[in-house]
Amino acid sequence: MSSPSHPVPAAHSASGSFLRRYVFSTDHKIIGLQYFFLALVAVTVGIVLSLLMRFHLVWPAAHLPFVSGGIMTPEQYLALVTMHGTTMIFFVLTTAPQGGFGNYFLPIQIGACDMAFPRLNALSFWLTFAAFLCMLSAFAVPAGAPISGWTAYPPLSGLGEITGPGEGTGQTLWIVSIAIFCLASLLSSINFITTTIDLRASGMTLMRLPLTVWAWFVTAILSLLSFGVLLAAALMLLLDRSAGTSFFLPLGLVVNSELQSHTGGSPLLWQHLFWFFGHPEVYIAILPGMGVASHVLSNFSRKPVFGYRVMAISLCAIGFLGFLVWGHHMFVSGMNPYSDMAFSLLTLSIGVPSAVKTFNWLGTLWGGKLHFTSPMLFALGFVSFFVTGGLSGIFLAQPALDTMLHATYYVVAHLHLVMGVAAIFGIFAATYYWFPKMFGREMNEPLAKLHFWLTFIGVYCIFMPMHFLGIAGGIRRYADYTGVDYLAGLQPLHRFMTIAAFVTAAAQLLFFYNFFASLKNGPKAPPNPWRATTLEWSTSSPPPHDNFGGAAPVVYRGPYEYSVPGAAQDFLPQNADPSILSGGS
Amino acid sequence: MPTVPAIEIVEPAGSGGGPGVPPPDDNDRDHGGGDSGGDPEPRYSPPQGLSVTGIIVGLAGVVMFFSALVSAFIVRKGLGGVDWRPFEFPRILWLNTLILLASSFTIVRSRSFLLANDAKGFRHWWVVTAILGLFFVAGQLIAWQQLVDAGVYLAENPASSFFYVFTAAHGLHLLGGIVALVAVAFRKPLLRKLAKPTEAISIYWHFMDAMWLFLFFFLLAGYHG
Amino acid sequence: MATETQADNARRERQPNPGSAAPILLSLLLVILVAATVFIFAARLYPAPPPITSDGVQVDRQFDLTLYVTGVVFVLAQLGLAYAVFRFRDRGQTARFTHGSVKLETLWIFLTLVLFVGLGILGGQAWSAARLTPAPSGSLQIEVTENQFVFNFRYPGPDGKFGRLDPNLVSAPTGNPLGLDLNDPDSKDDIVVPSLTVPVNRPIELLLRSQDVVHNFFVRELRLQQDAVPGMVIPLHFTATRAGRYEIVCTQLCGLGHYRMRSFLNVVSASDYQNFLRAQAPAR
Repeated sequence: MSSPSHPVPAAHSASGSFLRRYVFSTDHKIIGLQYFFLALVAVTVGIVLSLLMRFHLVWPAAHLPFVSGGIMTPEQYLALVTMHGTTMIFFVLTTAPQGGFGNYFLPIQIGACDMAFPRLNALSFWLTFAAFLCMLSAFAVPAGAPISGWTAYPPLSGLGEITGPGEGTGQTLWIVSIAIFCLASLLSSINFITTTIDLRASGMTLMRLPLTVWAWFVTAILSLLSFGVLLAAALMLLLDRSAGTSFFLPLGLVVNSELQSHTGGSPLLWQHLFWFFGHPEVYIAILPGMGVASHVLSNFSRKPVFGYRVMAISLCAIGFLGFLVWGHHMFVSGMNPYSDMAFSLLTLSIGVPSAVKTFNWLGTLWGGKLHFTSPMLFALGFVSFFVTGGLSGIFLAQPALDTMLHATYYVVAHLHLVMGVAAIFGIFAATYYWFPKMFGREMNEPLAKLHFWLTFIGVYCIFMPMHFLGIAGGIRRYADYTGVDYLAGLQPLHRFMTIAAFVTAAAQLLFFYNFFASLKNGPKAPPNPWRATTLEWSTSSPPPHDNFGGAAPVVYRGPYEYSVPGAAQDFLPQNADPSILSGGS
Repeated sequence: MPTVPAIEIVEPAGSGGGPGVPPPDDNDRDHGGGDSGGDPEPRYSPPQGLSVTGIIVGLAGVVMFFSALVSAFIVRKGLGGVDWRPFEFPRILWLNTLILLASSFTIVRSRSFLLANDAKGFRHWWVVTAILGLFFVAGQLIAWQQLVDAGVYLAENPASSFFYVFTAAHGLHLLGGIVALVAVAFRKPLLRKLAKPTEAISIYWHFMDAMWLFLFFFLLAGYHG
Repeated sequence: MATETQADNARRERQPNPGSAAPILLSLLLVILVAATVFIFAARLYPAPPPITSDGVQVDRQFDLTLYVTGVVFVLAQLGLAYAVFRFRDRGQTARFTHGSVKLETLWIFLTLVLFVGLGILGGQAWSAARLTPAPSGSLQIEVTENQFVFNFRYPGPDGKFGRLDPNLVSAPTGNPLGLDLNDPDSKDDIVVPSLTVPVNRPIELLLRSQDVVHNFFVRELRLQQDAVPGMVIPLHFTATRAGRYEIVCTQLCGLGHYRMRSFLNVVSASDYQNFLRAQAPAR
């Protein structure tokens, strides 16, 4: 609580120039905020791109003033598709949950004063920033951004401009950006893992870690083991494009009736390497959100997480199994059909820990005392979207069904529900939950709730119809419907989704306004507005430079001791000394 | 029934770090956390081995990077075809391998001097290790030159492409290790402070040596097996 | 050192009043979600077109089974969430302190494992019929070559043999999109056409090829989809049981013309098929 003689301490080091304190800071809290604001810019870019896409799908012949030539061309549409996917997956979903909130709160929640390697941390952020600039620069080159999707399959992405506009410099910049991003992620994951292993405060055993920490830890392991593979693949693709090698380019390619000189590579090899990374990547995107959901649901149900140990184990199980299922992106790729069955059964098995987590979230709510704050609403929304998105995956996990659903809008529905919605709701929940802690101010609750209702309804309106579009044969990455006769009848679905998209995007302005206005003028926040148990709530809002004001916390109990019978209040902070608690009779 | 007093939520006094705890702004977490006048609260005393944990974790990432290349090699070799044309290894590669192997011995020797508090002996053998590393890299470049002279260059055929990619990737990682060796060689802090960082670097160095041994024999078998 | 009393806490805490509408609204929305979803699926408002192969019928059966199973789980989970949100909203009760239940966990793990993996094993049968069994002997072989942004279909002609292809000879502008080597005697009677005509009730084996980038061959009514990968020849077989004209689309992003890369599958009677072969026979 702030009083006139004790101003709220600043979250940065007391000494040094502006550059040292806010730009090239090695304080994990500043770096976390840097990642977060990078993601905020990236998500704005990503949303604008998607609105342009949705608009074009319904009005392909419309005159757009800012498009050269007036009408959006198919290659411009595909450039939007590519950059939307890449920006959102890499610079939003792999950045905000882990680099943003993870960086900020992992050290605090384990009772450390910073990450293990603060300078490496700063380097990771600036590399990510450089990667983002490199990615955006693809828009600025004459032939435009690449058109091969975020998956960049060769030979389309491996032969240069002859396969299409944007495949020259644009694609090269894209690959370089991804390579830099891989490096940044690898360095960051070393920090997360070392910090969690070595810097836990006294009494903070593994089984007392908040589930957010478990999630960030497992996510960091996934990053560590998957980004190296993407880096290798990206380097080989770069060599194919610029050094004449043939890692992914087979013999006898003929483009526009011209024979190419490549000497026998394998396009399928790229797919294997890419998806070996790509599948853990989607778990990197969602796992932190699962941690936040567990954390927030427990806080606002005033109940411990149901089955904490199983929740921690399921995070590990999902992470582990996540490395064994990449082939389900390749069921119709030309892979051996027997491998398809193996990947299918493994993929369905991942449904088990995921279902267990859902069951445990419901179990956490059951018998609780639910407070419907904005973080709680978004965490509840997370559960609903994860159920829907996860269940739609059961269809895609079976190759016989994938045969009719692959590359249709059904897949787009599934991936958006789990990544573009559930994971984003995890980010929103985290933002509303931790805003008071990070900035020392409170956000406006009514506005936050309105943001929730509009977004919850809006995204279901956007993505539920996509399932039907896909089942009926609506193909993804199509610039418009005019090339295929049967698509005309599906346009009403597109119109509905586009209108929903614009309304939902507009609703996000409520979030942006609330965020920045509260940053400037929000009421001062107390240290523990949510009456929560974990260590970040035992320090000031925002925390001091070394997180705890000179004294390392000592942990006495688990992270979710809410409504303990016999206690005077319905929460026991992790670092509350039991000798104080048990005194008196 | 026992009553429990209300939990006090205490705001930490002062801003920007408490007394006696230096702001954490360098990688060497060697602050013992000195006591400041009878303060009974627990202090931050970060463990010594952070860099060692960090290197081991980092090497897991490096393993995955090389595994991707190795599996790509295996897949491509399996496809066969007329354009998979293996070639004779330049003999200097065998010498390079011995040089790198020797450098693993010299770095061990260097650290034993360090642990015996012999600064001169430590620095001598540490620098020798770095020099051997440079010889290795030079030897690799010579091998490349010899291959190019024999008409085996990067894009000549898939088999040669892999050779260049593997040796370049390994060489770059090794150069990183050499940079670390040189950085430590020029530092003048107390020897006891170097125990953990040099341990971390030597773990990395041994790993790069083992990685080279693996790649060398793997490629040998892969091209001629 | 500042301290907070419990009164301060309670005042500060942003606790919504017990009469808050949030839980009721959320429960309602979840109920509407469930009702709308079940309705649209049950009413088959946007169905896939009926399948024209027996393998396709098997696929649809597996789809329906999966829909029922996941549908039940969907309804139970979303309604369970709605109920929990409504029933346990703060009305002054005390939360039940529990860390979980090993019994319930075990039961749930077992149930989901059986359900999900069971679905997969059943689904394997439909996959096996289409993909793990080779084309029946005597299948009509037709080669499919895809490139940016057209399909070309090659029939072996009366000699039943495909002629040699040479990538050096590929020249779409001069009418040789596949690079057919006319010096090879087997090439003389090969038929190359832009749409796929097949006789009804006859096993067909397609050999998928690509010249430039990864493409795909998809016919909704066949319930068959397969990427065409340059450097590979990928077989796909089916037996169409209903005559008609069906669209073939490319579903693998292949460049700016991806959205208009389309052809037609014409399933015709046996006699019409013979007429087609005769009409297309090249005058070489």
